[in-house]
Amino acid sequence: MTTVAKFEIKYTQYLDKDGKPTTKKLPKLAKDVDTLKTLYRSMNLIRTLDTKAYALQRTGKMGTYPAALGQEAVGVGFGSALTKEDVLVPYYRGHAAMIEHGVTMEEVLLYWGGDERGSDFKNAKEDFPIAVPIATQLLHAAGIGKAMQIKGEKRCVATEIGEGGTSEGDFYEAINVAGIWNLPVVFFINNNQWAISVPSEIQTACETYAQKAIAAGIEAIQVDGNDVIAVREAAEKAYKKAREGKGPTLIECISLRLCDHTTADDARRYRPEGELDEGWKAEPILRLRKYLESLDAWTEDDEKTMQEELAKEVQQAVDNYVNLPPDAPEAMFDYLYDELPARTMEQREYAIQRANKGAK
Amino acid sequence: MPAITLIEAVNMALAHEMEQDKSVVALGEDVGTNGGVFRATDGLQAKFGKERVIDTPLAESMIAGVSIGMAAQGIKAVAEMQFMGFIFPAVDQIICHMARMRHRTRGRITLPMVVRAPFGGGIHAPEHHSESTEAIFAHIPGLKVVIPSNPSRAYGLMLAAIRDPDPVIFLEPKRVYRIVKHEVEDNGEDYPIGCCFVDREGTDITLISWGAMLHETNQAADKLAEEGISAEVIDVATVSPLDIDTILESVEKTGRALIVQEAPKAGSLGSEIAAEIAEKGILNLLAPIGRVSGYDTVMPYYRLEKQYMPTVDRVLEEARKIMEYK
Repeated sequence: MTTVAKFEIKYTQYLDKDGKPTTKKLPKLAKDVDTLKTLYRSMNLIRTLDTKAYALQRTGKMGTYPAALGQEAVGVGFGSALTKEDVLVPYYRGHAAMIEHGVTMEEVLLYWGGDERGSDFKNAKEDFPIAVPIATQLLHAAGIGKAMQIKGEKRCVATEIGEGGTSEGDFYEAINVAGIWNLPVVFFINNNQWAISVPSEIQTACETYAQKAIAAGIEAIQVDGNDVIAVREAAEKAYKKAREGKGPTLIECISLRLCDHTTADDARRYRPEGELDEGWKAEPILRLRKYLESLDAWTEDDEKTMQEELAKEVQQAVDNYVNLPPDAPEAMFDYLYDELPARTMEQREYAIQRANKGAK
Repeated sequence: MPAITLIEAVNMALAHEMEQDKSVVALGEDVGTNGGVFRATDGLQAKFGKERVIDTPLAESMIAGVSIGMAAQGIKAVAEMQFMGFIFPAVDQIICHMARMRHRTRGRITLPMVVRAPFGGGIHAPEHHSESTEAIFAHIPGLKVVIPSNPSRAYGLMLAAIRDPDPVIFLEPKRVYRIVKHEVEDNGEDYPIGCCFVDREGTDITLISWGAMLHETNQAADKLAEEGISAEVIDVATVSPLDIDTILESVEKTGRALIVQEAPKAGSLGSEIAAEIAEKGILNLLAPIGRVSGYDTVMPYYRLEKQYMPTVDRVLEEARKIMEYK
């Protein structure tokens, strides 16, 4: 018997949970204080937005909302490394990366507030809207990558999925085709340890989620998803490789969901005692703050000023969202086809007439 | 001008449009080197290369999902589902994304793309190869569902499907892939999507059908003519969005309607057409609306196939019953 193939999965972490470097070979980014401050601010922005979104939901001003609490480094890390020309194909908990790539907070709130206008991105024109059906978005990313390849463009696609989503068929179909076609796609798994109530012990027999990509012939790595430097560094390398036509990468980012699955969930029903306490000790924002403080790059005053600014920014987005009246009823019809069929046109007129009369 | 079959017409339309429009790409299982199991894409890879006629891995959801991504980036994907019975893994992509991308992005992302699939029974095929499930897709807002019944319409409607700014499900009645030939000029002229075709004008009864069943329906119309009954025959052609006006106008003239379909009866396209006639044209009717259809059973495996499929005789019997109604 001979070994015909051998595999390994490498794990990268630069900062430990206390913000202390775990290696002397730190990447340039670890010394780029300005960029680190920007990332720190971006992660805090997501946390402020999530807190506000929860409050909106609890006061009946918004529908179900999936926060990214404790996972800010994942989306901010890989979203911030994309160029404007690249395309992002998000998953339902993907607002951190989306906002990094130009989607506005108001659009995120509008989307979860039940309004399609939230997916009509003003800035990120080519980015896909949030995909709720799990794992389906990875195939769109592959198709976008294929189109870039056909057109000979030097761009790439980033797409995200939760670890639970890697059990779906579309996940395997997407990584398989990305591998065989050598597509410029980078797959990010936000392994936040929970698929609603299902932990990894019930999700997979694999030691890592990253290794699933080995079977697709794709380079697979694992990073500490609470270490924004590790996420961003891995993303940059993978994007460069993709843009150069050297193929796809899958990056598993290990985080922990510090919130409920969504506002409609209560994680106390299934989360083991003590997990949250431990999780809060390893969360990404405090870790980066400690590191910045160790570089004498962040003070209590800086923190106070930033938090005040963020509160204002988020409040402005909330005000814009809350003050935007619902679309007119004809919006249900007007984007269905390039040209609405005659039969449906009759229904459109009927809906408008009833709305105009205030009929119920 | 040589006469060509329906499948050759599909091929000719694909070749024509790929020649005219460099953004058109064909993809699917076995579509490249093999030219498709029914030869719909025969010769296309040799002509247009492997980047435009793409042999995919064996995964239908992937074919649909990847086509969505390509279409969003301006690559007009013409995706083949090898048989309609294998379309179901792709239904999530078709219904949840393909049908609604324009709507859910308020027109920001549109998907000009085609999903082709051979469908229907009558060729002694393996299990899952013979169903007629067009109603599943006709029920979904945001989709267009087109079914050509003959070579001329296959050519013109395929061109229209590729040129359409919205996604089109193009269902090819494989039983009639090769049974009739038409002289079809490769002139690039498309046929309108969303319009019925009046195959034959008549005054006594309207026979409404689509796809392969048009052939039984037309034969029945011939026999009815011998009996002195003048049947108007309508090829629905686009089953969604339905051109109900042409059907209503015809029924207003004849006062009688018989719908002929291969699919099971309950919750079918025939049900929708009958309901529309009842809602908007019932006072023009001289007799109850009739329906000849497959039974509300699982499509039988092929030894019983002939018992299931509507026949010319079944159409005739139902038409006579309607004519005799008092």
